Amino acid sequence: MKWLWSNLDLVGELTLVHLALSVPAIILSFVISVPIGWVAHRYRWSRGVLLSLCGLLYAIPSLALLIALPIFTGQRTTSPINLVVALTLYGIAVIVRTAADAFDAVEPDVRQSATAIGYASFSRFWGVELPLAGPVLLSGIRVVIVSTVSLATIGAVTGVQSLGSLFTDGLQRGIQAEIITGIVVTMALAIGLDWASVAIGRLVMPWWRPSRAQRRRSLERVEQVDAS
Amino acid sequence: MIEFRGVSKRFPDGTLAVSDVDIVIPPRKTTVLVGSSGSGKTTLLRMINRMVDPTGGQVLIDGTDVATVDPVVLRRGIGYVMQNSGLLPHRKVIDNVATVPLLRGVRKREAHARALELLDTVGLDRSLADKYPSQLSGGQQQRVGVARGLAVDPNILLMDEPFGAVDPIVRSELQQELLRLQGELGKTVVFVTHDIDEAFLLGDQVVIMQQGGHISQAASPAEILANPADDFVADFVGANRGKRVLHVTEVDGRRVVVDDDGRAAGVLAS
Repeated sequence: MKWLWSNLDLVGELTLVHLALSVPAIILSFVISVPIGWVAHRYRWSRGVLLSLCGLLYAIPSLALLIALPIFTGQRTTSPINLVVALTLYGIAVIVRTAADAFDAVEPDVRQSATAIGYASFSRFWGVELPLAGPVLLSGIRVVIVSTVSLATIGAVTGVQSLGSLFTDGLQRGIQAEIITGIVVTMALAIGLDWASVAIGRLVMPWWRPSRAQRRRSLERVEQVDAS
Repeated sequence: MIEFRGVSKRFPDGTLAVSDVDIVIPPRKTTVLVGSSGSGKTTLLRMINRMVDPTGGQVLIDGTDVATVDPVVLRRGIGYVMQNSGLLPHRKVIDNVATVPLLRGVRKREAHARALELLDTVGLDRSLADKYPSQLSGGQQQRVGVARGLAVDPNILLMDEPFGAVDPIVRSELQQELLRLQGELGKTVVFVTHDIDEAFLLGDQVVIMQQGGHISQAASPAEILANPADDFVADFVGANRGKRVLHVTEVDGRRVVVDDDGRAAGVLAS
C-alpha cells in the first residue's frame, strides 16, 4: 500500500497510457470485424475460410508478432502503434466469429418482412441487420475488451509503456507491491471498460432487455477466453 | 387488378411450387388463396411484390408486368402483412407503422401523425405508440402489422397467413376487424391461409390450390359449396360432411337447422 501511495502519479499515468493503447485497438478490431463477419454470414462459401484465417491470428505467439510486425508496419518495435496493430489483430481473431454469429442471429422473419415492405439492401443493413445484431456484437466486444486490456501489458517486454511496465519493473527491482498493483489496476480497468460498454449498449439499444440467460452466456464466453 | 398469366415457379432444387397458373384477382375485393402446405399459395402471393420471381409467365398489376418494375419501388407501393407480424423489434410501434412512408422520404412529423391515425383505424390505443413490439400481445402486434401495411394507403394489401399464430378468440376478433376495415377501405386484398373457414369468412373470391401449385377452383364461397369443381375441392371444403351439410327439422313448430352430426346451427328465418 505504501508503494502505491508514493507512486500514485506513475500508476495514474500508466493507466491513461494503457487506455490509449487498448481503446483504439478495441474500436479498430470492432470496426474491421463487422464487415468481415457480415461477409462470412452473407456468403456461405467464404465463411469457413474467413473465420479460420481470422481465428488463426490468435495462434501467433504474441511476442513473436510484436517482434515481426515492424517488418510490415515500418514502425520500430518500441512504437505504441506497433502494439496497437498487434492488439487489433488479436481483437479481430476474437470477435470475427461472434460478428458472423451476430448477423446469423437476426431473425429471418424480420429480415424478410423488411425486404417485403421495401427496404433496399443498403438501408436494410444499417436500419435492420446491424442494430439487431447489436446485442450479440456487444457480447463479442466485451470479450475483446477483457482480452485486449490484459494483452496490452505484454508491450512492456518490447519496450512499450503500459500497466505491464509495473510487472517488469517490479520483477527487476523485486517490489512485490508494484507487481500486485499492476495486476489489480489492469483488472479494474478491464471491468470498468466492460461496464462502460454495457452502459453504452443500453443507451444505443433502448429496446434491448438483456435476459438472465444472455448475461450468463456472455459471462461464459469471457471465462472461455480467459481459460485459453 | 392483378393478373397471373401462365405463371410457373420451379425452385433451383427442382420442385415445382406453382405450375401454369392463370387467374384474375379483381380490384377492391378480397381474394383468399387457400390450400395445404406445399400448394404454392404463399409463393403465388410473393410473386405479386417480387419477393419471388416466376420462372415462367407474367404477373401483371393494372396491365403492367411487375418484372419491369424495380422491386424496391414496387414493394413500397404494396401493403404487406405477415405471420408473427414481422415487426422490427428495435423500433417503437409508431416508427414501425411509419417505416415505409419514412423510406419513401415523407417527413418524420407527418409520418408520425399519420401513424397515430392508423393506430385508431386498426383499433389500437394511441398510448401504445411508444412501446416496443415485444411489450405488446400477439393480437396487438398483428394489428400494428396491419397498420403498417396500410401506412402508404396502398391499393393492394398482401396478407400472408397474418392470423395464423394467434389464439382462436383473438383470431376471430382480428377477422371481424379486417372485414370492417375492408368494408371502409375497399382495398384489393390478397390473403393466404390454410384454414378453409377463414377463407370462406373473408373471401369474396376463394382460390383453392392443390399440391404442386395447381388451382383447383376459383369462385365465390357459395359457388364452391354449391358446385365443387372436383372431389378434391369437395373433400377440402367438407361439402359432403359435418357442419357444411345442413338439414331442417321441426322443433316445437319452429324450423331448426342442424348439421350432419345433428348439432343445431340456427333457426330458419321465416
